[in-house]
Amino acid sequence: MPAPAPVPPRGGRRGRGRLGRLDSTVSPYLYIAPFFLLFLVTGLFPLVYTGWVALHDWDQIMGQGEFVGMANYVDVLTGRGFWRALSNTVSIFVLSSVPQILAALLIATLLDRNLRARTLWRMGVLLPYVVAPVAVALIFNNLFADRFGLINLLLETAGLEPVRWHSDRFASHVAIATMVNFRWTGYNALILLAAMQAIPRDLYEQAAIDGANAWRQFWSVTVPMLRPTLIFVIITSTIGGLQIFDEPKMYDQFGRGGADQQWQTLTIYLYELGWTRADFGMASAVAVLLFLLIVAFGVVNFLLTRRIAHDEGGRR
Amino acid sequence: MRRSTSPYLLLAAGTAASLVLAACGGASDAGDDGGDGNAASAGDGEQVSLTVATFNEFGYEELLEEYEDLNPGVTVEHVKADTADNARAALRNSLGANSGAADIEAIEVDWVTEFKQYPDKFADLSSADVEGRWLDWKTEAVTLEDGTLMGYGTDIGPEAVCYRADLFEEAGLPTDREEVAELLGESWEDYFAVGKEFVAASDAAWYDSAGALWQGMINQVDYAYEDADDNVVATTNPQVRELYDQVLAASVDDELSAGLGQWSSDWSSSFQEDEFATMLCPGWMLGVIAGNAEGVEGWDVANVFPGGGGNWGGSYLTVPAQGENIEEATKLAAWLTAPEQQIKAFEAKGTFPSQVEALESDVLLGSTNAFFNDAPTGQILAERAEAVTMMPHKGPKYFEINTALQDAITRVDVDGSDDPDSSWAKFVAAVEALG
Repeated sequence: MPAPAPVPPRGGRRGRGRLGRLDSTVSPYLYIAPFFLLFLVTGLFPLVYTGWVALHDWDQIMGQGEFVGMANYVDVLTGRGFWRALSNTVSIFVLSSVPQILAALLIATLLDRNLRARTLWRMGVLLPYVVAPVAVALIFNNLFADRFGLINLLLETAGLEPVRWHSDRFASHVAIATMVNFRWTGYNALILLAAMQAIPRDLYEQAAIDGANAWRQFWSVTVPMLRPTLIFVIITSTIGGLQIFDEPKMYDQFGRGGADQQWQTLTIYLYELGWTRADFGMASAVAVLLFLLIVAFGVVNFLLTRRIAHDEGGRR
Repeated sequence: MRRSTSPYLLLAAGTAASLVLAACGGASDAGDDGGDGNAASAGDGEQVSLTVATFNEFGYEELLEEYEDLNPGVTVEHVKADTADNARAALRNSLGANSGAADIEAIEVDWVTEFKQYPDKFADLSSADVEGRWLDWKTEAVTLEDGTLMGYGTDIGPEAVCYRADLFEEAGLPTDREEVAELLGESWEDYFAVGKEFVAASDAAWYDSAGALWQGMINQVDYAYEDADDNVVATTNPQVRELYDQVLAASVDDELSAGLGQWSSDWSSSFQEDEFATMLCPGWMLGVIAGNAEGVEGWDVANVFPGGGGNWGGSYLTVPAQGENIEEATKLAAWLTAPEQQIKAFEAKGTFPSQVEALESDVLLGSTNAFFNDAPTGQILAERAEAVTMMPHKGPKYFEINTALQDAITRVDVDGSDDPDSSWAKFVAAVEALG
């Protein structure tokens, strides 16, 4: 599309200058305004309103009750449920995000080579992402069933002890993290691959001439050049990891996180408070705490990632 | 002021405005559609459109068409949720928002107590026409103190005992369903005693899960978790603790339980193995067993239930007060839950009727089940329904306390992560946390 012809100045130089300045300062904001207006309605308002609900006795059906100040927070923070859910969430998050990003990085590096049928491989890694989470959960439920699951049958055939996938707390975290990794590794690998392809090839040639082997090239060229993308991938998987809901929800028949809260994550705890106990006040308090937690993790992640990438890369 | 506005500025402002307008437009269009439909029906004077929300299988598909034919001017839309839990969540959301509920909403007996807390949200359905239509305990459960009737009963789940005749035979027990009924006796003690005899002579367990047994046992206690004034007494009621100890001693110490959590994938798979020999089974469970145990021969039903009668599950039709056509909706709900219609639903999907007259119907009493060795299931379940004499008191916290107790039993019976005492301690803590 051709650029619109410049409007000939009609007024004096001064008027044109003022409006021109107004144009250049205001119109960018107007361009992005639709997003922010929508965000205001669908994002910010619920966010603030949740904070408001958290300060009240609030029944799901009867609505707003008395103002109770911080009582909901006190109830949440002094109960066993919140802390157990928090440690489950962090455990599942670490078990999923860390291997996931490392594997994604590895897969992306492999896909960055000159492979035959390149598109086939690249689409292949995205396949698990396309499968609906419910279907994934169904498949993994059959794999990880305690008594008649495929994995335990294989273990028993090999003469090994079967793993108590549901009753053992750590084993259940591993199983859920596996489901998450299955779904998201390929997705992250493709994002990293896209960024890798944008790295100028002459950097590698230069490094090769300087005598860097493949490993050294990876750490000193690829990783630093991926820094912004890595930060994006790490932050999004942090947010996703801490909000994990579908997989633990569908890990057993009740979806409450186990009889002893073995795999009850914060979002499931929140759901139970709000939708089983109809206590929106307490559920909102958990939501606010979860929000703060994600912000804290995000900031720490951002600082760490920036630091690491800086040290390795040196320049940007 | 001069108005030599830059085209960029205009374009940007225009885009922003039109996007916002488009967003609003979309919403109001949707609203208009709904409005038009109503306006049209209101215009014709007698045109009414009703929505009926159900879950699982109520067997209403053909009945609703029949109703439309009988009542020209009435169109009925059937909304089916995939699971009962989703239906409950949707109904709770629309009650909370005071809009969005169907004209007729089906509810499960387990949710009745929580919805009873919001009597204003439901229309009072009591009327002389339907008095005495249902079994007393079915109606009592949805009747408030002031006589308000919150729902019309649809089906019930009278419980019998399903058993594997082939495993019985291997263990040297009688296999004929009448002899088995006699053998299993009257009380839980009898049932457990036969179980001990059985496991001594067999590799299989006696029943599938301690949690399932608990459901049968606790439903025979008048005041289990809450007293008549709804004070929580679950942790101090000696009856609860006694039953808890009894069921866990039988399940774990005597190894009568197969330790399978009901509805887990292990539980479903276990029907293909010789894991357990008996199961408490409400009428609707027959279909579940037949599905899971496809190809397995030997299942049968005995006309007996330990400790008296038992009911597990069943539903009601309610009319939310927020609806616009409460009168028409009530008429439809009353028609659907009449004995004649409920018998048709039974024929279609096997939902066992809760209406006194329907229990005497020849269609019902004559029905047999081929999978269960041609057992006269209609006759057996009708008798089991009559054996139910009371409905336990369930206060507003019943559902959550029972869930906590089921968790306690699962920790010992299925997970093996706690012993009965440490699991009880966690149960007490969980009940205290409910406040």
